Amino acid sequence: MTTWQPVLLANVNRPNSEKITTYLAHGGYEALRKTLKMSPDQVIAEVKASGLRGRGGAGFPTGAKWGFIPKDAPVKYLAVNTDEGEPGTFKDRLIVERDPHAILEGVIIASYAVGAHRAFVYIRGEFFLGVKRWIKAIADAYQYGFLGKNILESGFDLDVSLHRGAGAYICGEETAMIESLEGKRGEPRLKPPYPAQAGIWGQPTVVQNCETLVNIPHIIGRGAAWFASIGTEQSRGPKIFCVSGHVNRPGNYELPLGTPLREIIYEHAGGVRMGRSVKAVIPGGASTPFLTADKLDVPMAFETLAAAGSALGTGAVVVMDETTDMVEVARRVMSFYVHESCGRCVPCRLGGHNMLHELDIIASGQGKRANLARLEALTRGIPGITFCPLGTGMCEPVASGLKLFRSEFEERVS
Amino acid sequence: MHAEPKVKPSGAALIDPAKEAMLLAALYIAQEQRGYLTPEVIDRVAARLGLTAGQVFSTASFYTLFRTKPVGRYVIQVCSGVSCYLVDGAEKVSDYIGAKLGIRPGETTADGRFTLETVQCLASCGTAPALRVNDQLYENLTPAGIDAILDRLLGEV
Repeated sequence: MTTWQPVLLANVNRPNSEKITTYLAHGGYEALRKTLKMSPDQVIAEVKASGLRGRGGAGFPTGAKWGFIPKDAPVKYLAVNTDEGEPGTFKDRLIVERDPHAILEGVIIASYAVGAHRAFVYIRGEFFLGVKRWIKAIADAYQYGFLGKNILESGFDLDVSLHRGAGAYICGEETAMIESLEGKRGEPRLKPPYPAQAGIWGQPTVVQNCETLVNIPHIIGRGAAWFASIGTEQSRGPKIFCVSGHVNRPGNYELPLGTPLREIIYEHAGGVRMGRSVKAVIPGGASTPFLTADKLDVPMAFETLAAAGSALGTGAVVVMDETTDMVEVARRVMSFYVHESCGRCVPCRLGGHNMLHELDIIASGQGKRANLARLEALTRGIPGITFCPLGTGMCEPVASGLKLFRSEFEERVS
Repeated sequence: MHAEPKVKPSGAALIDPAKEAMLLAALYIAQEQRGYLTPEVIDRVAARLGLTAGQVFSTASFYTLFRTKPVGRYVIQVCSGVSCYLVDGAEKVSDYIGAKLGIRPGETTADGRFTLETVQCLASCGTAPALRVNDQLYENLTPAGIDAILDRLLGEV
């Protein structure tokens, strides 16, 4: 069993963990002090050298993203994504409720590195406690001189504002989030241009997930070499795995990337309920393809999960035991995406409805083979032709369900 | 859609981006008045921010937490996510509450006290099943726990 002393979640179980005094008492904002003595280029170089990749789902190299921000642009922004909504994922909510300053320190360091003097924090509207915790954390950081003018006498200025979303999964997609921040419907923009070229109000913008930002103070404080020594070749550092479903001890587990899935389920999450066996696992949130029980030894890393036919996504591990109805799981996940499709592009809007319609018929036991064939054709036709990844994401669970658990679907149709 | 707000004619060039960016926050404040966004409220928000009522309604109607129809004093939102489903939550919870209150998801009790809804993943998968009542999150639900929540709300009304 991997022994790992949590770094990202080190504070969350302390009493009054959300308070700035608690954060400061355990080394908080020390990395910021160190950062302000470095040049922005040195900070970017350190993050690049760490090998950190984004923890929001796409896994883009963070240092490279910061490097894309044009140095000569007069106005640059940072946007913080607390719009956690991928089914199975519950790590960002934990951090923002229990340790908001860990994110905020990352926000300030990232802003300094890219030369942003304004950061926008976007939080999911349902996270009411998280909203309160963000407001308090930002206010306290101003009071302690970590935000505002001339931060810690460094000459660097940064203002941070909080923006509450209002119930739309799609606003976790970076360009949809930017639209929402601007007060519009959260419909994704066509890329390119990417936010690094033209983001909020057309200005270069870095968009980062909360968990990604929580890594930053540790990379600066302990050094890129420390971070790069953890994990696998292409997946460095620690990761929070959100384990839910049919396990005895669901919860957030911080472990090095590359920890085998089997270990996460059986050693950390206490194994499958009632001693049953695993039938399927969603390894990275609802939009990642299922893994079957023979894949449990896969190391949980970007490259190894891709090789196993799935993806690391958000690190949300949903475990399903032998009694699980895979047709119903596929139908439920599809109904999520149909509800959350913004409706802007046809393949996602209508394709999703049509797939759900076929799944409803199949799940009801009234379906024919033609329903199955239409469903399968849609899962092949939609990926890759939509504005944003939601259209592709909605097809993955059904396509993998049809591939891996075909007999369950066929038994339902005549 | 409603009486024209007292603002300049529409046109992107006339919109102040900083004001438009306040729209979601403004809608939250406006919604607190009556629990939902009336046509009059939408007009007022539009006038204050220099937008058209159509623009305000367009944005408001996109987001599930903004309501353009009346709801009960307590809005019960039961998570229907995959993790809640796997641990006997989701429909089992909404059916249980629905039976107790005599309503189905999407409906409001005749006395206007409770609205029952099923919603998408609430990011409480590790503490499933989960639901929200207005802005309060409840996790690790059991029948006894749900009874306690409802009894307390009934006592408050």
